[in-house]
Amino acid sequence: MIPLEQYGEFETAWCPGCGNHAILKAVKKALSTLDLPPHKVLFASGIGQAAKAPHYLRCNAFNGLHGRSLPPAQGAALANTELTVFAESGDGCSYGEGGNHFLAALRRNVTMTYLVHDNQIYGLTKGQASPTTAQGQKTKFQPDGAPSMPFNPLAVAVSMNAPFVARAFAGEIDHLADIIAQAARHPGFALVDILQPCVSFNKVNTYAWYRERCYKLGADHNPTDWEAAMRKAQEFGDRIPIGVIYKGDRAPFETRINPAVLRPLATSRPDLARLGGLLQGYA
Amino acid sequence: MSDTCVSIVIGGEAGQGLVTVGDFLAKALVRAGYEIVVTQDYMSRIRGGHNTYAIRVSHEAIHGPRESIDLLVALNAETVALHRAQLTSRALVLADEAIDRLGHPGLSIPFKALCPKPMFENVAALGVLTQLLCLERSWLEALIRDEFAKKGDEVVRQNLDVFSSAQDWAAGQKAVFSCMAPPVRTAKRLFMNGNEAIAFGALAAGANFCSYYPMTPATSVAATFVSQGTKMGMLIEQAEDEIAAINMALGASYAGARVVVPTSGGGFALMVEGVSLAGMTETPVVVVLAQRPGPATGLPTRTEQGDLNMVLYAGHGDFPRAVFTPGTPEQCFELTYRAMDQAEKWQSPVFVLTDQFLADSYRAVVPFDLEALPPVSGPGLTCEDPAGYKRYALTPSGVSPRLVPGFGEHLVVVDSDEHTEDGHITEDLTVRVQMVDKRMRKFDGLAADVVPPTYSGDEAPSTLLVCWGSAMGAALEAAQGLRAGGKSAAVLHFGQVYPLIPKQFLPILERAGRVVMVEGNQSCQLARLIRQECGYHFKEAVTRYDGLPITARYILDRL
Ligand SMILES: Cc1ncc(C[n+]2csc(CCOP(=O)(O)OP(=O)(O)O)c2C)c(N)n1
Ligand code: SF4
Ligand SMILES: [Mg+2]
Repeated sequence: MIPLEQYGEFETAWCPGCGNHAILKAVKKALSTLDLPPHKVLFASGIGQAAKAPHYLRCNAFNGLHGRSLPPAQGAALANTELTVFAESGDGCSYGEGGNHFLAALRRNVTMTYLVHDNQIYGLTKGQASPTTAQGQKTKFQPDGAPSMPFNPLAVAVSMNAPFVARAFAGEIDHLADIIAQAARHPGFALVDILQPCVSFNKVNTYAWYRERCYKLGADHNPTDWEAAMRKAQEFGDRIPIGVIYKGDRAPFETRINPAVLRPLATSRPDLARLGGLLQGYA
Repeated sequence: MSDTCVSIVIGGEAGQGLVTVGDFLAKALVRAGYEIVVTQDYMSRIRGGHNTYAIRVSHEAIHGPRESIDLLVALNAETVALHRAQLTSRALVLADEAIDRLGHPGLSIPFKALCPKPMFENVAALGVLTQLLCLERSWLEALIRDEFAKKGDEVVRQNLDVFSSAQDWAAGQKAVFSCMAPPVRTAKRLFMNGNEAIAFGALAAGANFCSYYPMTPATSVAATFVSQGTKMGMLIEQAEDEIAAINMALGASYAGARVVVPTSGGGFALMVEGVSLAGMTETPVVVVLAQRPGPATGLPTRTEQGDLNMVLYAGHGDFPRAVFTPGTPEQCFELTYRAMDQAEKWQSPVFVLTDQFLADSYRAVVPFDLEALPPVSGPGLTCEDPAGYKRYALTPSGVSPRLVPGFGEHLVVVDSDEHTEDGHITEDLTVRVQMVDKRMRKFDGLAADVVPPTYSGDEAPSTLLVCWGSAMGAALEAAQGLRAGGKSAAVLHFGQVYPLIPKQFLPILERAGRVVMVEGNQSCQLARLIRQECGYHFKEAVTRYDGLPITARYILDRL
């Protein structure tokens, strides 16, 4: 195990009491358990409060644009399969602005881990409804209640047989750290949707609100049973399951493409003799 | 204009095989030693409509397309009606015996009698053309053998039989066409279009990652990567959209891949945020933008030079960039190669701007001298002091040492937010100013590396034609036309339009008589850029934006 101090200690721009602090702790714990030194890890993120997380961790970081944590993460993961790649961002960034990339990533199934800080609100822009805000929940910007039905990332991921689909809660750090570690070990695309209280802008989904409802999935849930997983993925109300919802063995993207193109691209050089041969085909 | 060339146009519906006839003939002509300029005009549909494949061929150097037609192969009746006005006095119309040639001289080809099956009609047409052009039959026979070899000996034999019986049939006909002058060139050429040359330029520079979303006329760059780049180990991914394509490429580039992103104007519109991200994170990326007429979906399969403004200004905020505008397939190769190096050397987004005409225009291309290629810049893998590594270290040139993550203990942190030297988000406004200045210092480096415009023609010409990108060939031939009429003329062609270095061209503009900007857009985008950057005002311009390529005739008619 790598000592936690290796991952650094930084001053953050997050509100005191925000669920992000706990998620950051769990991430460090998971990396330490995985024995991953900072330079072997890449965190790609988008924009939002959650997306700042990689700045508070010693690691390689690509803090890109709002909604775009996934495309660079996949590009980098393919350019160098020896990096352990995470993408980390908020619910708005991941399921709203980046929704199409989420769908494509589920299909593509590149080996990487997607950590979504799901506070069911837009934090950085001060409290608008997000894709996971409950229908009817009032915000300053939706005074009559959010009109649209919330997006269900878990059900979508399970429906696509994403190889690893989990839900966790920022209030259960050890449980979360364990799930992150499992996700990172799993080949293919792993989704961890993390319930994260936003103390400043979401007065509904508070720590207490989640604590009352969250329960850990036990031995009675078989995550390899797709139908059971689909049922668990639908459960979000009086009771919210946390844990590994679904686990499958869909072949990752890397195993489905020409193996010759998978090598660290940074060290590959063009074979000009070969190129000359290809050009002969045009003569 | 000298008339040692022949203009052959094959017209018909999409799906009738006119591209096959065109490609075979054009390639055979290149192998035989002729020069060609191919112009493909097609409609945005898979079947039907009216398409043409035009081959201008000569034993001498030729540069641009032409409107006039000497041999019209009409695969349907509509072709005769649509193109009769372009026929020259010596023109022949070649068509099936069932098609009315509307009184034009030519040959009524008994395709049914010559071909055991309709699928052989293309080869029969090639037999007739070979005879009329007095082309050595061996060139097409060899090509038929090469291209049909995969389908087996029997198919090859049947095609050769049809080819030779069609040629024999044509030899017995009264209609004659003056033979082409024999070719003088013996050196080998490549049969290649602009987009293929762009793809090879990128591959030669080490491009090994391409994420793209299909859009005409850029798709053939990706297609060439798929067919050829894969053999060079290139990783190619069709992304979910153009936003993903460029952001994925930036992630790969960050991790050390050499990336190219091909698209057209509408797709590039979606990529603009990625250009800005490349500017801010100083991540190398080459965007190949193959233009078609806009705005919006515009004319999907036609040509225009209307996206210069967009690549100049794409992306919010200030950051440097370079824009290359090749005029020939040879330049497509060289300038894309250079673009790959410049993107890495100055850690900036770099553009290669081409268009549908050049993208699809096959030529007899001088083989690329791969051994003479200059080295290409690249990122580092490790450093001496990993703990002290700063991705955005302030330097006099503005270029900070770029390391790739994962090969040493250094950490590479990049951020779309304003950031400190070590890549972390900051709102320190002093750092902000330092970082803007650092990024913009790279502009001086890009400016010092600019490829100067090429000048050809009389020393102090009474007419100077100024152009960029694919308008080059037409401008060169228009200048030849002026000279043939006894006037002095010259052409100034910009193969790189940004940055602009006034001392490279202002004296040339000032010593010419008439200075005429020639560009394929309505608003004279390069003329405006030059005025903005160096105060020079173009008083005359020839513009074209009807979706067709600029030709010498088009220019001369408007001077
Ligand atoms: C293209 C673009 N549109 C909008 C924004 C403004 N913006 C920044 S963060 C954000 C939403 C953040 O919500 P979420 O992703 O849930 O993250 P949180 O702050 O809640 O962690 C928005 C709309 C932006 N930065 N870029
Ligand atoms: S606004 Fe909400 S999500 Fe953002 S730091 Fe504060 S509590 Fe956390
Ligand atoms: Mg949020």
